[in-house]
Amino acid sequence: MAFKSEELAKAYWRDNISLVLKLLAVWFIVSYGFGIILVDWLNQFTFFGFKLGFWFAQQGSIITFVILIFVYVKRMAALDNKYEVHEE
Amino acid sequence: MDIQTLTFIIVGLTFALYIAIAIWSRAGSTSDFYVASGGVHPVMNGMATAADWMSAASFISMAGIIAFAGYDGSVYLMGWTGGYVLLALCLAPYLRKFGKFTVPDFIGDRYYSQTARTIAVICAILISFTYIAGQMRGVGVVFSRFLEVDIATGVFIGAVIVFFYTVLGGMKGITYTQVAQYCVLAFAYIVPAVFISIYMTGHVLPQTGFGATIAEGVAGEGTYLLDRLDGLSAELGLAAYTSGIKSKIDVFAITCALMVGTAGLPHVIVRFFTVPKVRDARRSAGWALVFISVVYLTAPSIAGFAKVNLINTVNGPDLQGVEYDAAPDWVKNWEKTGLITWEDKNEDGKMFYSGDARNEMTVDRDIMVLANPEIANLPAWVVALVAAGGVAAALSTSAGLLLVISTSVSHDLLKRTLTPNITDKQELMWARVAAAVAIALSTWFGINPPGFVAQVVAFAFGLAAASFFPAIILGIFYKRMNSTGAIAGMIVGIVFTLAYIIYFKFVNPAANNADNWLFGISPEGIGTIGMLLNFIVSYVVHKMTGDAPQDTQDLVESIRYPRGAGGATH
Repeated sequence: MAFKSEELAKAYWRDNISLVLKLLAVWFIVSYGFGIILVDWLNQFTFFGFKLGFWFAQQGSIITFVILIFVYVKRMAALDNKYEVHEE
Repeated sequence: MDIQTLTFIIVGLTFALYIAIAIWSRAGSTSDFYVASGGVHPVMNGMATAADWMSAASFISMAGIIAFAGYDGSVYLMGWTGGYVLLALCLAPYLRKFGKFTVPDFIGDRYYSQTARTIAVICAILISFTYIAGQMRGVGVVFSRFLEVDIATGVFIGAVIVFFYTVLGGMKGITYTQVAQYCVLAFAYIVPAVFISIYMTGHVLPQTGFGATIAEGVAGEGTYLLDRLDGLSAELGLAAYTSGIKSKIDVFAITCALMVGTAGLPHVIVRFFTVPKVRDARRSAGWALVFISVVYLTAPSIAGFAKVNLINTVNGPDLQGVEYDAAPDWVKNWEKTGLITWEDKNEDGKMFYSGDARNEMTVDRDIMVLANPEIANLPAWVVALVAAGGVAAALSTSAGLLLVISTSVSHDLLKRTLTPNITDKQELMWARVAAAVAIALSTWFGINPPGFVAQVVAFAFGLAAASFFPAIILGIFYKRMNSTGAIAGMIVGIVFTLAYIIYFKFVNPAANNADNWLFGISPEGIGTIGMLLNFIVSYVVHKMTGDAPQDTQDLVESIRYPRGAGGATH
């Protein structure tokens, strides 16, 4: 057991899951939400010559995905350090 | 110099480059295949993963499909990138900590069952085979155009080259070769896009040019490119470019199947097993997506430009049709492959493209990316470069997939399960036989494709989504999941998905329309339902058969934090 106590192990996993769920919520809202479900409504707005919903489906979602992964990498590294389970 | 000669030279030069790098980087690293990639920076590993990942479907087919499907083509853009988020957040770090080389190894060990391993091997073979069947068509399109032969001959020539590339191989896994392949592929994809963007809109970046107004001297000048596309579509009886015709549920299901499938593809997951640290597994996924995005953010621009250009050259700026005798070379060159045909229905000697009865042209979607630089009158070297990029994309992925198939058959299935006593020599022979059989079968599918390259590849993702993804996710996040549940789930998921695809694509293709589809979901998106079924069946069966043993649960606990990750083992 790398953790000092059972409670710390549980807390680490809980923090991890909560971070992942938050990021996946953004992932879902931007792609399935803006790009698919709300696309027709968003298309009434224009964004640099694009209809907004169309832009999210073809460009915006991809840009968001990249940002999400790097946020995850950074936040997980901080979490690993906080609970002292980072790699030596 | 003509396009054909230049193509031979540029494709030849890129091949020489890959082989040179393979030989050079081999010198110091034959001792340990996996350590070689272990010593590579996550940025490099990300680039290599991107090359491995982007196949003929991404390079040749995707922008063409988007050009014709407009908004509906977004399923491929979102589907094939969004999966990396799932991969980075939910799979890669834990699988890396687990420390095995293949997906069947993970399934077999996590579910403490030889049966589970065997089923996983069969799933891996089915998925990889479907994937490669799609690739062969893409390879065929490239070769048929540049050797000026019909598509069947092109597929055949491509198959022979892929076979020798793989069997003589050893190139796969040498990260730097793939880094070079990525550079060739990305450069070849972006250069024509930049040229066309400058010509059509005056923007250097195709990504912003796509949303800009059309430049002076081009038909429709001053209007937004996308408005022009919507206008042309309406005039020609096509669906509006920015809205599409697929039902919402189908768009949702296909996107989901592609995303989840990405996270369940055996040859992609493997890449994250072999990085030195858990933290690197997370970062590699991020860098891979950065490099993939370079191509994927360019694709919709290429699609938009290509569509406008196609209509302008075939129908003329006044939309009255262009005399066939005055048709540009690219039309006649592609006619030789049989992938463009013109039938003069109203006998006016003019070509006309539309979405209604006036249409006289059939244009195969898979040629759009390759034909695009010719349509836009770009210099011959750019046209040749695109061909080299297409070959790089198709070869790198096909070779990787063939290796998965041949090692699955010879190592996982024969050596570890059915006939443990075979010698190394026999094992190698069976690996080659498996590769040959897979190539032969996929050549047949390449000549008689059940869909466009990207669509066939989408089936592979559906199968991965319905089989591996739930088993891996439950294996990590639900430590009490037992072997019976996982096995039942995988079987139900893959059998259901495969049966649905086979029924609509081969048994009863006439019924392949939204009225007959389950919940209005097409065969491309059915993997989503297969995945849900897999989750439900796994859970129900698990509830009836009890929890996984304690030592397995402890094992799952231990993969949930990074500390103590050793090297991967077989």
